[in-house]
Formats: sequence, C-alpha cells, structure tokens
Amino acid sequence: MPEADSISIAILGSGGAGALTAGNFLLEAACAAGWHGLLTRTVGPQIRGGEAAALVRLATHPIECMPERYDLLIGIDWLNAHRFGAEIEAAPHSLVVSDPRGGDLPATIGRAGARVIEVPIKEMAKAIPGGRPNMIALGIAAGLLGLAEEIFTPVIEKRLADKGAAAVEASRAGLKAGIDAAADLDFGLRLSPAKPVGGAKRWLVSGNETTGLGALRGGVRFAAAYPITPASEILEWLAPNLPKVGGVLLQAEDELAAINMIIGASYGGTPSLTATSGPGLSLMMEALGLATASEIPIVVVDVMRAGPSTGIPTKSEQADLNIAVYGFHGDAPHLVLAPQSVADCLFTTQWAVYLAEMLQTPAVVLSDQFIGQTVAAMDRLADIAFIGQRIKPADNVSAYKRYAVTASGVSPMAIPGLRGGQYTADGLTHNERGTPTSSEGDHRAQLDKRRAKLDQFNYGDHWATVEGNGEFAVIAWGSLTGAAREAVARVRDRLDVRLFAPRLLLPIQPERFAAALDGVKHVLVVEQSHGAQFHRYLRAHYDLPGTVRVLNRPGPLPMKPSEIEQAIMEWRS
Amino acid sequence: MSAIELHPTCKPGDYKSEVNPIWCPGCGDYHVLMSFTRAFAELGLAPENTVVVSGIGCSSRIPAYTTCYGFHGVHGRSLALASGLKVTRPDLTVVVASGDGDGYSIGGNHFLHACRRNIDMTYVVMDNRVYGMTKGQPSPTTEPDFDTALSPGGTGLSPFHPLVIALASGANFVARAFSGAPNETASILVEAVRHPGFSFVEILSPCVTFRPDEREWKSLVHAAPVAATSDPAKAARRIMTDDGFNIGILYRGERRPYQPRIGGQNVDFADLEKDFEL
Repeated sequence: MPEADSISIAILGSGGAGALTAGNFLLEAACAAGWHGLLTRTVGPQIRGGEAAALVRLATHPIECMPERYDLLIGIDWLNAHRFGAEIEAAPHSLVVSDPRGGDLPATIGRAGARVIEVPIKEMAKAIPGGRPNMIALGIAAGLLGLAEEIFTPVIEKRLADKGAAAVEASRAGLKAGIDAAADLDFGLRLSPAKPVGGAKRWLVSGNETTGLGALRGGVRFAAAYPITPASEILEWLAPNLPKVGGVLLQAEDELAAINMIIGASYGGTPSLTATSGPGLSLMMEALGLATASEIPIVVVDVMRAGPSTGIPTKSEQADLNIAVYGFHGDAPHLVLAPQSVADCLFTTQWAVYLAEMLQTPAVVLSDQFIGQTVAAMDRLADIAFIGQRIKPADNVSAYKRYAVTASGVSPMAIPGLRGGQYTADGLTHNERGTPTSSEGDHRAQLDKRRAKLDQFNYGDHWATVEGNGEFAVIAWGSLTGAAREAVARVRDRLDVRLFAPRLLLPIQPERFAAALDGVKHVLVVEQSHGAQFHRYLRAHYDLPGTVRVLNRPGPLPMKPSEIEQAIMEWRS
Repeated sequence: MSAIELHPTCKPGDYKSEVNPIWCPGCGDYHVLMSFTRAFAELGLAPENTVVVSGIGCSSRIPAYTTCYGFHGVHGRSLALASGLKVTRPDLTVVVASGDGDGYSIGGNHFLHACRRNIDMTYVVMDNRVYGMTKGQPSPTTEPDFDTALSPGGTGLSPFHPLVIALASGANFVARAFSGAPNETASILVEAVRHPGFSFVEILSPCVTFRPDEREWKSLVHAAPVAATSDPAKAARRIMTDDGFNIGILYRGERRPYQPRIGGQNVDFADLEKDFEL
C-alpha cells in the first residue's frame, strides 16, 4: 500500500456529536507517537446542534497549514455538514466513511468522485455500554492510517479521567470496534512511519495558548478579560495561570473597561495585556490612543475573525490590518505585530510585551482564528531573552518631568509609590511635566518625541521572515506565512522564490525592507482580505520592487498553498 | 481599606499643586478640591501613595490640581482604569473623580460594575446636573424641563437616581455632600476613604455658568436627620423619598471588598508548561 508523508482527515458531526474530541485524541496520540500534526476545528456559531468538524493533518515533518483536500472523511452524521460548503474538500482518491443513518452526504463532497463506504457508526456505538459514535470514528481513522491501538490508551485515560473508569472503558471499546471495522476497509494509503524524535520535550498547543504563555514569559502580570470568539481561550488560559505567577485577571464589563483596566494596571507598574477580536478592538480604539498619548505600555491581542461588524465569529480573515494600523484618531505612533504560526504566537506576544515596555507605548498583536485555534505539535519553545524593562527615574528624583524630551524619545516613567515622581498621566496634549497645554510647541515636541522613540529603536532581525534570495518574491503576513512557505517549497524545483513576511508591521522599516527585497524583480502579495489591505499598506509605506501582482480574497476559506503555487506558476508562464 | 501612612505634619496645602484650575470663577469644584486636600491631610495620605483618577469634564480636571499621582483618562472610563490599578496595587489609596455626564451617562455601565465589584476605592461624583465643559447640555441628572440648545423645551425625561443605583448595584458606602460645605464634605471623604470596599460620594457642586439657579442649593441643603444605616433596603427607601438635598453618610455596608491575592508566588514556568506536554 502506498505510504504518504502527510495525510489529512476530516471528522464531521453535528455540534455535540464529539467530532472535535475525536480529532483531538487522534492528533494527540499521533503526535505523542512521533508524528507532526495540526488540528483546526471548524464550527458554526451554535453551541449545540450546529455543524462541527475536526480537520487533522498528520505528517512525518513539521507543517504549518492545512491541506488542499482531505484524504479521509468520516461522517458521524452529515446533518449540517452542507454548511461547510467548500471548506472541506474531497478528491477522487479520497475515502468517505459514512453512517447510512447519518443523513445525505453534502453535494460538495459527493461531487468530488470520492469512494463512499457505509459503516453503521451509531449502531456500533449502541452495541457498547456507554459507547459514543465519535470513538468509533476515531477507531476507524486509526485503523485506516495504520496507527496502533496502544498509542491511544494514555490519551483516553488522561482526557477522560474526570469522567470515570466506565467512560474510559467505553471509549477504549469504541476505539477497538472502529479499528476492527477499518480492517475490512480499503483506504489505499498509509501514513509513513514517524521519524524518531530527539529527547526534547514536545508540546501540543494552540496559538491562543502559546500567546498566553508568551505574555507571561514576557512579564505580563495583569490581564483584563471580556469574552469574545475566537480570543477567549487566551483569557481562559491566563485566568488560572496568572495567579500561579503572582498575577491576576479581572473580568471586565465590556471591552471599553478591559482596555482601561490594563492601562490603569500598567500605570501602576504591572505589565498588562488584554485579548479580543475585531468588534472588541473597534471599541478599544479611543483608549489605545490614550495609551499612546499618556505613554503607557500595554498589549492588545486581536485574534482576527471575518468582519466587518459581527462577521463570521468562528472563522479567520486578515482584515483588521487597517484598523490596527490606521484606527487611532490623531497622529498616534504605536506598535503592530503579527505572529506567523502557532509557535510564533509565543515569540511575537513576548516580543510585543518587551517592545511595549521598552518604548512605553501600546502594541497591537494581530493573530487570527486560524493560528489562534489551531492545535499543533512542536518541540518545547525555548525561553528567549526578551523581558521588557521600563526606564524609571532615579529614587531621589526631583523636579520630575514625566514626558521629558530625551535623545531616545523614551522618558523615565515614575511608578506610584516613588516619592517625588508624582505626575498626572494625561490624554490631553501636555508639556514635559504632564500639564495640559494647547501650545503649538508642546504639541509638536511631544508628537516628535513619540514618533522618534519608535523610529529610533533597533528592532533587529526579528522584524521579518526572509527566506531565499530569488528574483521572484512572495510577500505574505501573519497566518498566511505558513501556506506561502509551503507553496514556495513546492515550486522550488522549478523556480527560486523568496519568501518575505514582516512580523513588525508598525513602525515601518524602510531600510530593512529594501535590503530584504534587494534584487527582486517580481512580487506576489498574498493576503486574506477582500479589500487587499496588506497590499495597500505595502504600497503606502514601501517601494515595492519590479512588477507586482496581488492574490487576495476574503475568508472564511483558508488560503491553500496550491492557490499560491498556481498564482506563481501562472505568472511565470 | 489600604493602610494609611500617617503624616502628622501634613497640611491641606501640601496636596495642592501649582497648576491653576481652569474652572469658572464661583464653580463648586474649587470647594471640592479644597475638601480633597483637607481630607487627604486629615487622613495623612502620602501623596506618592495616593492616586486620583478621572475621566473627562470640568470635574475630571482635579487630579493635576493635587500633588498626588494622577490619571486624567478618556471620557467615562475612570472607574475601569482605577479598578485595574487598585487590584494590582492594593497598597495605594485610589480616589476616582467624575461628574454627572462622565460618571452617569458615558460611564454608566462602569458605575454599576464598580459598585458590584466592591474594590476598595472612593468614587466622588461632582454633580452639577449639566455638561459644563461642552457648554450646557442636559445630563442624566438634569431636570426634565431644563431648556437647552440640545434639548429645546427640556428633555421631558426623569433624572437618574445615582445613590439608589449605587446601593442596588452593591456599593459599600453611600453619601451625599455639598461642595459649599467643604469641612463637612472633607469629613465625609475621610470616612469614605476609610470605609472598606467601594465608597460612593455624590457631591452637589453647582455650575454657576450654565446653572445659575444652583446658587440656591446652599439654602436647600440640610443635614440628614438620621444616622447612616447598614440596611440597604432602609437606605434605599430613605434616599428615594428624601428631597435630594439630604447631606451626610446615608449607608455603610459590610460587604467584603474584592481583592484577589497578588504577588509573592515563585514564578515556576515549568509548572505552566506541563499542560502543553505530550
């Protein structure tokens, strides 16, 4: 049977059927056994009775994006699966395992010409006391992929420990029944054996979780929280973990409160963060300007979802770039950063905390639903040196000027408790002392200072990913970096393509940008925004070399490596 | 309430900064500032351990007029900002200053939740029943027939009842004061700061420019005839039925302030990472 070094599996069911649990168990067991993998969940807005699918990609090598098509689709039921539309694609070589009582196969899957095999998943579950169809589905997937039953035992025992021994037993029996049933099925593919992994500890985490850890490693000890999809997991991870490091989380009454709470806490000397999505970021704009003007370091993570307005809360898009870059009223220099993968959420968040603290300014981190909620296996992410230090006045300060104009633009920041450091932080235009003024000179001096502190800072090589040195460049950002990287790898034997993806979107870095794209003659800009916000941002701030094309479309469908590959090759021909 | 560092030599003048207030001559807020400095002196607060937080409006200019730390934030959000500050710095004394527009209109939601949270801070609203800084529009406490450019012939709306709302929302200390009696107001502020949890002090503070009629308040105010109660229902009934000029401490609650434990723990990241491990 042919072996594949990457196989993708979709397990579908109506909300509450347990498809996501089955997918999680599959990923966790396979990754513990040495494979690499990703799990993306795709759900409707309903909590129960909507549509839910676990999309799992397993591979023998690290991967950063979801596949083109699913090799194996298992439908616990198809009741609402038509709502996924083109999101879950099958291919002629795919195998669809379907419960005959699970409703009609969605037309999009049926049209692909895949083989469909009927397995009475629900009936098999009923035959087991306490049995659940999702564990049968898990067993079928395990059997077809060639994964051993034993690798699932620790996962089931760990994850179902609080449900009792009977639940563990029923799940194991379901798994076995599924594996047995798979023995009679012909999938035609097998997952290549896992490569040996080194001694390093391995993690299975979502981007929202790595974001939370990045915040704590960076020194965040206060978070304010207002729940919102798809950012809540960051806040829910921080809630129990902040107290473990001496910090605290406060639930806010709305996003207006959340951002003002973190400004208050940071003013008091505590590095602070909140996480939200587009609607919440919209509400936070005024106070982000306050943090800029009063020079209070804060970090706001925006886990982007499709907009505008309520949009599609559970699905990804890269269309909050404009508000993050341009949303502030007045001239308000600030930081905007974007993580490029599940793992990079840790680095970028920690770096954002560091930069905010060093530069006494707000940082907006543009994550998105895809990297935020995707679960990925990776080696433990090493500690990095970025721990922010606020520049503070001397203990014996006198005639203190909070907003003193300095060479670096950063002014020593007194923290309440320091005698002689008293000042009033103010969103009104103020002089060096902090006293409100309408004077042209003070206004300009403080605008100059706030601009200069961001422009003069040395951001180092972390500001962008630059891979390869071809004359053809793909420019992507955020979560599309992974798909772009895979596309570049696919065309490597035909074309040398350079990958460029800025991690730091503000302040702009014109000299570094020019160096990164030196020698480039063709540029393909890739983004998930209907209005091509990223392309417009690049045009506004940088000189793009050579001829330029744009591959942009809105969410919620993930941009696939093949689309990028096709755009590259079409242009070349 | 946080520990107050006693400075027996503190004088009210020590808390008054060199910044000249922008208030109109005759504004009630001058007297509120005087009450602040007297109360702070009586409490012996160290200016460096005291933070005055405000939003936007005439009243919200007060932080810079003190020698304490201050935060003059955006319109309506002072309570949220102060809440983040106080839970992370329980060692500080936090006093929040607001007005009837800032506190009850744009900041109305935060008012409810700050009362409910009962974090140990003092919330002072200088109520002049008008938006003064924007030149005379009706606020949530303005009478229904108050004629303005924005509400020709009056709003026709009943005013909002902040003290009862504070009680219903869980405030732990409720008082009404009058700016024209700065000594009495200072005494009330002292009690408010000393009382654990969220203390709410509404100060009737006339706007002589847009509400010259409020000059009459000095003849209308009178001391509350009975002592403060700890029974919120009784307090609510009294406040609902009084004439709005009843001055004094009206309610002293016994709710435990909200203060999560912070700091002190050893930072062990290995423990945090355990959940991530395969």
